[in-house]
Order: sequence, then C-alpha cells, then structure tokens
Amino acid sequence: MTDPATTAHRAPAFLADAWRIARKDLLIEFRTRSAFLAATVFAVLAVAIFRFTWDPTAIPAMDLAPGVLWVIFTFSGLLGLNRSFSLELAERAYDGLLASQVARESIFVGKVLANFVFVSAIQALAIPAVALFFGLEIGGAWGVLIGIVLLAALGLSAVGTLFAAIAANTRLAELLLPMMTLPFFVPLVIPAAQASSVVLRGLPLSSAMEWFKLLLAFDLMFVSACIVVFPFTIEE
Amino acid sequence: MPIPHGTAATGVADSSANRSADGEGDVALVAEGLVRAFGARKAVNDVSLRLSDGECLALFGPNGAGKTTLLRLLGGLLRPTRGRTTLHGTLLPGPSATRRLVGLISHHAMLYPALTVRENVRFAAECQGVIDADAATTRVLQQLRVLDRAETAVRYLSRGLQQRVSISRALVHGPRLVLLDEPYTGLDEVGALVFTEALRELKASGATLVLITHNLTEGLMMGDRAAIMQDGRIVHEERAENGGFDLPRFQALYRNLVHEAIA
Repeated sequence: MTDPATTAHRAPAFLADAWRIARKDLLIEFRTRSAFLAATVFAVLAVAIFRFTWDPTAIPAMDLAPGVLWVIFTFSGLLGLNRSFSLELAERAYDGLLASQVARESIFVGKVLANFVFVSAIQALAIPAVALFFGLEIGGAWGVLIGIVLLAALGLSAVGTLFAAIAANTRLAELLLPMMTLPFFVPLVIPAAQASSVVLRGLPLSSAMEWFKLLLAFDLMFVSACIVVFPFTIEE
Repeated sequence: MPIPHGTAATGVADSSANRSADGEGDVALVAEGLVRAFGARKAVNDVSLRLSDGECLALFGPNGAGKTTLLRLLGGLLRPTRGRTTLHGTLLPGPSATRRLVGLISHHAMLYPALTVRENVRFAAECQGVIDADAATTRVLQQLRVLDRAETAVRYLSRGLQQRVSISRALVHGPRLVLLDEPYTGLDEVGALVFTEALRELKASGATLVLITHNLTEGLMMGDRAAIMQDGRIVHEERAENGGFDLPRFQALYRNLVHEAIA
C-alpha cells in the first residue's frame, strides 16, 4: 500500500491542476464523442434549415448569416456545457475530485478550458458550413472572425460552466441550464454578432472596435466573477 | 466467541501499543460537537469523536441515521453547521493541501467509465499531488490485484472490479484518514479479502479509518472501536476488549437500540 509516511507530494499548482482536469474532460469527450457528435449534427441541421427557409430576395446573406452563426454557437455550446458536470456526477467522481487537494478555482478553470475547446471546435465546423451554405466570401476576414469567436467562446464557457455546476445537482439540469444561461449569453452574443457582421461586410475594422471592447469587457467580468462565485456553488 | 479485530488477527502490531494509558494515544482525528442541519432537520446532531493513529472506528446504524453525512463532515466535503473537525491539528475543511490527508471510498465507484483503470487512478494521484504518480499507480493496482486490467476502460469491468479500482483511487496518495462508506458493496469473496488485507496494511502504516457498514461481522472484524448511530447521534460506543468484540452481544444490542428507536 502507498505509505502515508513515505509518499512524496507537491503543493497544489493552480494552472497545472486546471490543465489536468481539462485534459481529462477532453480525453473523455474524445473517447465517447457523445456531446461533440450531437452538437455537430445540431449545427449542420440548423444551417441547413436556415438555408432552405431563407429567401435571398428578401434578406441579403450578409444580414442573415451572422445571426445564424451565433444561434448555432449559443445552442451547440449548451450541449457541451451540460455534459461538463454530468460526466462527474454519473458515478460521483466529482466527490473524489472535491476530496482532492485541487483548488475549487482550478476545477472551474479546467472545466472552462475544456468547454472553451469544445465550443471553439464546434465553431470551427460551423463557420465554414455557414460560409458554404450562404455563399459568403470570408477571404481575409478569417483571422478577425476567429478572434471574435474565441472571445465569445471564453465568456460563454465561463458563464455556462458556472451554471452547469449549479444545475447539475438538480433533477431538471438539461432544462434549467438554458433557462439560467441564455440571459447571460445575450451580452456576449450581441457584440459578437455585430462585430462579425462588420467583418463579413468587409467594413473597416475600426468600426467594430466598440463591439470588440464590449465583448472583452464582458469576458473579463464574467470570467473573474465566475471564478470567485464557483466555490460557493459546491457547498450543499 | 469474540470476533478478533483486524490487527490482532493478522499479527500486525496492535495500534493500541502506541496509546497512552487511558487508551487515547497519538490522537489523529478529533471531532467536537458536530452538527449538520439540512433545513430544520439535523442529519448529524452533536457528535464528538477522538480517533488515534492506526485506529479503526466501525460505524453502524440504520438508513438515514446520519452516517454518510458524518463521514462527509469528517472528510471536509461538508461544512458543519456547528462544531469542528481536526486531523493532526489541521482544521477540516481547511486549505486545499490538507485534503490530501483524506481518502474517500464509497459504494459509488467515483470513477470515469470512459477512462482506463490506470488513467483513473493516475488522475487521482496527480490531483492529490503525488510526485511519482505512475509508480504509485502501479504499486496500488498491484496491491489491489487489478494491475492486469490496468489498460482496460472502467466501463468494461464488473462491479466488483470497479470497486477495487475505486479503492485504489482512494488509497494511491497514502491518506492519513480513510473514510469508507459501505466499501464492501459489490465485492466478491476474493475482492473482499484483498480489500480487507489492504485496509489492515493501511492501519499498520498508521492511517486512521472510519468504516460505515451494515454488516456487523465485517465491521467488528476490522474495527478497534464500534459505534451505533441513530437519528444523527452516536447512541452507543465501545472498544474491542480481549482481542475483539462479542458479536452475539453486539448484534442483540444493535437490534434493541435500532428497533426500539423505530418502534
């Protein structure tokens, strides 16, 4: 048996512990692919439905496409967020994690990191799909568009992870999570949609700066507030 | 006939040798006036305990008596409404590094089914800050005799094997306090024997154990002390005497206390 007197331990390491948790979550998702497949199917279906109900003579593609993109972003993200804590609670593995020396804040950051990768990966499929279905010429705007998506994904992951932790212990977690999170997604999705609209129209980047700043401000606010609040969601 | 408790049965030095004359040697775990209320209901009501290094408390009681809540309080997973718990002088729940002093085993597997046995146990070791997590993982899997399944995903294992992996996960970091909530659930005879042997070694190494079980025989076999919980309180407590407990007497006492309370 591992002897209590002789086992060498290191002190808790905030970022290393967070990365360990993110890596574990991503490995589980990679093995099972359950949330990723569901989110991908949803994204493709949503794009297809929007495309075939769209009347190009009534609404220009540039007006509709950013909206479609952010609808997909929001709802496909929810699928991953739900899974984030359900995988911990299935066999009560969460108790083991909470009983470990990993700081609560590290658990949160690790979960956010995994959700961030998940949401970004879905967007990496959704953006080309939207571009293809709506005939968008993204051209040189790719870099900026990716930047917008990453900023929005960070805020969404932070808020979503916090509420997923709260909802996970309830019987109606899958219903409760969208109800709790969607109001908080609005301040992220509006500037992201506006900034991406500016970028897709090929307008100067300076005209999107205000939206960028707003998005960044909400990111900072949400990430820091959620890190502080998360430990309180664990207490029964 | 008295049931010999674990250390005496295996010939490992009895931890009582380290205790002072009053039977309270190097006190490891101290719980004072623990109360935990959920709304108006007190799941744990004014419980106090003192356990020494290498000592095992077997805790019995009917469903809903407050045993699991007490265990979660002792492990620092729940904050008490009132009272305090210290482990070797460190307040629980305390700074995050103090949590590595505790190992938690429950009837839930507490594992990730999609990960392999080795990945699960190594993840637990890393989370507890074990420096050589790979070596510690191999060692504990060998001890619990699941090393040959190390690369198998947990979801493909039987319930009994999963429980052995779960025990490996809880012991890989060498905890000073091991909290066991119905750990024998799902274990077959071999699994139960292997687990009992692991617990005895752990006791011999100086770890303190709190064991919750509904099986009086296995609880009294392992325990140096036995307690009965009812309605959030410890209503009876006794030490092993003359190398063990008197099972028939304890069974009768348990039935009287519990059935009396239910009636």
